[in-house]
Amino acid sequence: MPKLAALLGFGAILLALPHALSFSQQEILVFLTINVLLVASYRLLTLTGEWSLGHVVIMGVGAYASALLSKRLGIYVPAAMLLGAVTAAMIALALSFPLFRMKGFYFLIGSFAAGEIIRLLWKRFRDPFGGPKGLKKIDPMPDFDIGIYAFDFFEPVSYYYFALAVVGVSLWVMWRIERSPVGLTFHAVHWQDRLAEASGVNVRAYRTLAFVLASGFAGLSGALLAHYIGTINPNSFDVEQMVFVLTWTIVGGTATFYGPILGCVVLTILNEIVLREAGFEQMRPLIYGLILILSVLFMPKGLESLVRGAFSWRNARKKKAGETGAAG
Amino acid sequence: MAPSILEIDDLTMRFGGLTAIDRLSFKVERGEIHGLIGPNGAGKTTTFNVVSGFYKPTGGEVRLRGETISGLRMYEVARRGVVRTFQHSTLCAELTVLENVLIGTHMSFPPNIFAAMAGVDKANRRAARARAEEALDFFGLAGLADELAGDLPHGHQRALGMAVALAARPDVVLLDEPFTGMNPEETRRMMELMVKLRNTGVTILLVEHDMHAIMGLCDRITCMSFGRLLAEGNPQEIRHHPDVIEAYLGGARHVA
Repeated sequence: MPKLAALLGFGAILLALPHALSFSQQEILVFLTINVLLVASYRLLTLTGEWSLGHVVIMGVGAYASALLSKRLGIYVPAAMLLGAVTAAMIALALSFPLFRMKGFYFLIGSFAAGEIIRLLWKRFRDPFGGPKGLKKIDPMPDFDIGIYAFDFFEPVSYYYFALAVVGVSLWVMWRIERSPVGLTFHAVHWQDRLAEASGVNVRAYRTLAFVLASGFAGLSGALLAHYIGTINPNSFDVEQMVFVLTWTIVGGTATFYGPILGCVVLTILNEIVLREAGFEQMRPLIYGLILILSVLFMPKGLESLVRGAFSWRNARKKKAGETGAAG
Repeated sequence: MAPSILEIDDLTMRFGGLTAIDRLSFKVERGEIHGLIGPNGAGKTTTFNVVSGFYKPTGGEVRLRGETISGLRMYEVARRGVVRTFQHSTLCAELTVLENVLIGTHMSFPPNIFAAMAGVDKANRRAARARAEEALDFFGLAGLADELAGDLPHGHQRALGMAVALAARPDVVLLDEPFTGMNPEETRRMMELMVKLRNTGVTILLVEHDMHAIMGLCDRITCMSFGRLLAEGNPQEIRHHPDVIEAYLGGARHVA
């Protein structure tokens, strides 16, 4: 029960949060929500031990697909978003054939190359991708009313609620997958692929499954982004964005489900709000980089290790208090 | 006559110019403990790697119940009932003992992602868990289920490796040097477990250096040297076979 209460309290905070923020901070909050889905999906990929440099491009595949489907074919935007996610997953499935002939660093480089090829296609083919200028005037989410709340997607708050629901459901699905026997098999493929294979696991199929699922969720996050900002171009999904995803994941830590999410939230707040408010506009990348180096040096296991440490410290204290209480 | 459960027929494995296995043939009968011995570099582990599907042989065949399995991928070989363990403690050190054994139940209870998301695979998960606990019980590891596999002492890690294999309910297990790094007490316990395993109807093929264990345990022994078959027989025959003695002691006749 206290768990449920904590969850409800957390949900209430998330719902109340935008009303305590300025307009520009609300916009950052929407991006942050979308990025949480992106890093969580990235962790799903890293569960099998493969790190990709093409994940942001796959996100872009979802964004382009959803934008084009709604723009050209007039598909209802939420449906287009889902189809965008499916497209990203399908592209990932096609890419998995060449990419999963490689492992480790080779996969990393291969995924980068594959991503750049996709980005070049967007740049070269003015029709339908709009060339270097990308797509503009992407249809926004149509407003709707669910009785207790009228969504007006001109307002970031409304889009935040919508994104929060989509991201929440996605995270829940990913959490269930990780906690299932499928998730255990992902871990086995990561830590001991030979043991897994000797136990009858088709390692290649599980790597592909993780890649396709992660890409689907990344595509969904891209679709959320596209219909929010209304304009996307090949540079929205370049390697600089990928480096951000990598740093969120590394600074947060990949041992737990919440690690990369924590990294994304903390670093975004730090970068966009604290440093911006403190007036370090020019120095921001420098300070950001410094924080990265320091965190890797002093917290090699990521931010999640702090949370874990705090919990085990609390449990130890509780246990101690219980023992002395029983003695007295 | 029914075919032997496992037949190695004229098997050859070359790595570039090196012939690791040279036209090796032997048979493993159902329900026996079959030892594969030989001096270092004789090709024992390579033989294991070919049988389990880790390598594709250059020539020859491996047959399981008369069906060719050489050239299949490792997981396909496993699905046909041949499960191997590894020379070093190949376990997921970061996962718990129970989770490691659950990996072994993969074939019997294949996970289904849609069922997992919908939460309708409870019965499957329970059955897999029961199977895993049974395997842990068999090897006396039940009390350690929630420990991290990496924290176990060496002897327990070897037993856990076998529990993972057993959880898959194999017809044939390939044990690669199960006694390495064990003290005499651990070796004795492990030998008892293997006899117990054999008595449940599992056929065991093992590679081992510990002669004491091999002689005490095996029903039949195949001795290899430089990739070739040197001798085959029961422990008594192997112990007194002149070629085996020479291979191990290195041309004792000339020294004497």
